[in-house]
Amino acid sequence: MGSQRIIYMDHSATTFVKPEVLDAMIPYFTEHFGNPSSVYSIARDSKKAIDAARAQTARTLGADPEEIYFTSGGSESDNWAIKGVAFANRKRGNHIITTQIEHHAVLHTCQFLEKEGFEVTYLPVDQYGLVNPRDLETAITDKTILVSIMYANNEIGTIEPVAELGAIARRHKVYFHTDAVQAIGNIPLDVKASNIDLLSLSAHKFYGPKGVGALYIRKGVRIDNLIHGGGQERKRRAGTENIAGIVGLGKAIELVTADIPGHNVRIQALRDRLIHGVREKIPSVRLNGHPEKRLPGNVNMSFEYIEGESMLLWLDDAGICASTGSACTSGSLEPSHVLLATGLPVELSHGSLRLTLGDANTEADVDVVIEVLPKIVTKLREMSPLYKKSGKEGGCNV
Amino acid sequence: MYSETVMDHFKNPRNVGEIENADGVGEVGNPVCGDIMKIFLKIENNIVVDAKFKTFGCGAAIASSSMATELVRGKTLEEAWELSNKAVAEALDGLPPIKMHCSVLAEEGIHKAINDYRVKKGLVPWVEKNPHSHEHDEEGTCQH
Repeated sequence: MGSQRIIYMDHSATTFVKPEVLDAMIPYFTEHFGNPSSVYSIARDSKKAIDAARAQTARTLGADPEEIYFTSGGSESDNWAIKGVAFANRKRGNHIITTQIEHHAVLHTCQFLEKEGFEVTYLPVDQYGLVNPRDLETAITDKTILVSIMYANNEIGTIEPVAELGAIARRHKVYFHTDAVQAIGNIPLDVKASNIDLLSLSAHKFYGPKGVGALYIRKGVRIDNLIHGGGQERKRRAGTENIAGIVGLGKAIELVTADIPGHNVRIQALRDRLIHGVREKIPSVRLNGHPEKRLPGNVNMSFEYIEGESMLLWLDDAGICASTGSACTSGSLEPSHVLLATGLPVELSHGSLRLTLGDANTEADVDVVIEVLPKIVTKLREMSPLYKKSGKEGGCNV
Repeated sequence: MYSETVMDHFKNPRNVGEIENADGVGEVGNPVCGDIMKIFLKIENNIVVDAKFKTFGCGAAIASSSMATELVRGKTLEEAWELSNKAVAEALDGLPPIKMHCSVLAEEGIHKAINDYRVKKGLVPWVEKNPHSHEHDEEGTCQH
């Protein structure tokens, strides 16, 4: 390894911090470190910076600045949105609707609420990972208080029909939350047009720092606090503000939403080059997720007869950073709940590989992967007892 | 996450392949769990003269198969039967707790191949001494 060039293709896991973002942050560690709750001048600088970041975030979402609350990241935002709405509205009802393919920050929060007496419906998805709006319509009862459906899936990249889903929730007067952690910078957002009441985002997914995120809460939404304490964030979220982080989030969201169409043209071209290149060179491969309604940088493919972690280890050996839906890397022994929800057989879920492209990548990177991956797949297939059984060209045409 | 020995056996697996007309074959695991191991033994005069494997699975599964086949080569059947998952894991300089089941699979694969041989020879298959006492993390077992 040593001086080997790293090809980073795991942008859905996290991103590097852009130099402009880091530059914007630095003064807020060293010079403008004042606690925004204080009255002296350096504290006013901190407060001004937070207000600017709030305004920038609001512009990106089509929201008002007073509707943006900074948090510690996507998981806190999801926890706050779901628990906060659930507890504040339990007199109205105890039913929550979400999907089977949510991030664990949503799923595990809902499971926690089930223990607290709430009822949760986990909507299924089709083979591409799409939620059917009709399923939402029929799941809503007079006890339903919240619908939480992700904007775009982190594993397979499928983009959900959020505007349609939001309209249904609004028609039934049910709050609509969306985890938009993967969407920022990839999809132009408008919370008003999409009838979104609550939206979670996380800076480190769009070239900002880790440990900072935001929750959009539409004016008038009844929601309890999650973090109790001081009066920060207009008494909604206690804790001294992560000033440098918030400044970084503001700068990052400004940069990443400056030219979404231009960014998408470039990243999608890389994505499609990678998908076509892999398909051309490797037989018995399937693309997971939707062919068109997918994040511009998401490639998720299953390779028959082999297991994902062994692919990752060889890719890492070549300096390529990727991830898999195989159980073997998740810390549990069950493969990805997302892939299983799309109906993908378990073997193929274990054999999945996710490559998520972003600003770190070039066409040359893609070509390296297209060069390296077939050799890895061949090597692993040759030692797989499943391979010969099924015949070299694969009897299982999935 | 893996020891250097695991990575060595993963990257340069010993004894990959099949033995034609093997005297004993054992296939264990389940695609649902993400690991399948197939062990092939060639046995002459009660000695394992050759051992090969094919594995579908993670790095630890491939390394465990490689190490287990190395460890049983040249051994008597009785000695090979005594190979424990713990010995496989130790020879690999340890496995992460969640991966201990891979070494269990290797032990079971060897046992199954030996018993396949014994049954083919008209001998009574040996009984697993403590089929549920393998040293591994409880959460590290796949219940399928």
